[in-house]
Amino acid sequence: MRRVLLRLVFVFALPAVLVTVWWVASAGSEDVYWPPLATVLETFPDVWTGERWRGDVLPSVLRLAAGYALAAVVGVALGTLVGSYRRVRAVCEPALEFLRAVPPPVLVPVIMLFAGIGDTMKIVVIAAGCVWPVLLNTVEGVRAVDAVTAETARSYGVTGVAWLRHVVLPSASPQIFAGLRQALSIGIILMVISEMFAASNGLGFTIVQFQRSFAIPGMWTGILLLGLLGFVLSALFRLVERRALGWYHGLRAAARRPGSSS
Amino acid sequence: MLDVRGLKKVYEGSGRRVEAVRDLTFSVAAGELVCLVGPSGCGKTTLLRCVGGLLRPTAGEVLLAGRKVDGPPPGMAFVFQEYGRSLFPWMRVGENVELPLRRKGLGKARRRELVADALGSVGLADAAGAYPWQLSGGMQQRVAIARALAYEPEVLLMDEPFAAVDAQTRADLEDLVRRLWRERSMTILFVTHDIDEAVYLGERVVVLSASPTVVREQLKVDLPHGRDQVHTRVAPRFAELRTRVYEQIQAAKRGTERPVKSPLPRQG
Repeated sequence: MRRVLLRLVFVFALPAVLVTVWWVASAGSEDVYWPPLATVLETFPDVWTGERWRGDVLPSVLRLAAGYALAAVVGVALGTLVGSYRRVRAVCEPALEFLRAVPPPVLVPVIMLFAGIGDTMKIVVIAAGCVWPVLLNTVEGVRAVDAVTAETARSYGVTGVAWLRHVVLPSASPQIFAGLRQALSIGIILMVISEMFAASNGLGFTIVQFQRSFAIPGMWTGILLLGLLGFVLSALFRLVERRALGWYHGLRAAARRPGSSS
Repeated sequence: MLDVRGLKKVYEGSGRRVEAVRDLTFSVAAGELVCLVGPSGCGKTTLLRCVGGLLRPTAGEVLLAGRKVDGPPPGMAFVFQEYGRSLFPWMRVGENVELPLRRKGLGKARRRELVADALGSVGLADAAGAYPWQLSGGMQQRVAIARALAYEPEVLLMDEPFAAVDAQTRADLEDLVRRLWRERSMTILFVTHDIDEAVYLGERVVVLSASPTVVREQLKVDLPHGRDQVHTRVAPRFAELRTRVYEQIQAAKRGTERPVKSPLPRQG
């Protein structure tokens, strides 16, 4: 019980301090662009009504989910292919390094040209940015399958689909999850940016809208909400990861224990 | 059961040509337990990988029950030295043992039965739900042995399986292999660099030369079937046999061509 309480203190101490500092520093602020935190929080329920959640937050989150899922599937599939064959890797690697180096936001105008300004464009933008960390980490993970593990599988006739499903993907999963984690933060950024270019709804659109109409406290509530969204998504991700990689964390802990053999 | 004929393996790469195995011919009869022993770095592992179909020999052939080995055959199971890397850490013990059985197209009930039976044989009946890394080294190697047992191979190949465990565990595992071999009348080819282990375990010891490897001598181990760590290892016959193998290995290291010393006296 005490340990749980202590953990909660650790988790919430710094955020509490930061919010207090913001509260105190902004209290009584006359600056239009830096409204007091009290005002921002008062505005929050007025701005984020049920209609806004349905009309702006939900579409944003759905587009993020679609783009992210697309990137995850394509990234893992292509990554497994590239990682499995040395020749494919030799051909693809320079191109991949170049494509990865292109900052995803500059793709927005390009993608708009052929995907229009609807949901498709936004999903493609999110996917196009998220796919690289997933793809490159999957390649590394697939390449790193242990030689003895591979020989064991081969000697017992674990080949084809069984080989992929029971050996390659689980073995690469720690790296795949590292890629998915990076992709998540990139995805949130691209979700907002894609809505700032050409949109009629969404979180990014709403924030820009408030800023242009000088509804500054409203703009701040949008930023707060984005921060919260990021926090919740990352917590969800951690939950999934802990379940899927339970074996990996256990293995690492076992290897670190003193006196453990080889 | 297992015939190795004129096996030769040459590694070629970046201008270097290494002849690991020169010319090996030996056979293992059905139900026999044969130990291969040789000086360090004599290509034992290369040889076993060729036998198991994991490596393509440069020349010669391996026959399993009359069929040429061309890729890992379903009738062979492998136990590797590096149990920590050979067991899949993302699967529980039971799943590790079960995975190879899917290839055989067995029903779920039959697979469960084989897994439970194999784990029971190695004394790990209640470890099916654990992850391999939760077990000690010796227990992990038992799991690897159980996986091989459940696979019901015609020939079991063991590549220095006990080189990485401590001496007491090793003695236990040696007795386990002897027991399983007798109970299940299996055919086992056991590679080791440990002379005592080879003599204690084997019905026959094949002594290899230094690399490039050839068979230096084959020695029948005429110790009784029922062996135990206390009595067998101090038996005069055991000492004679291990001295004989030891001399051969020493000579192999020096690179002497001819087998040395007087012929081994017959027992009795």
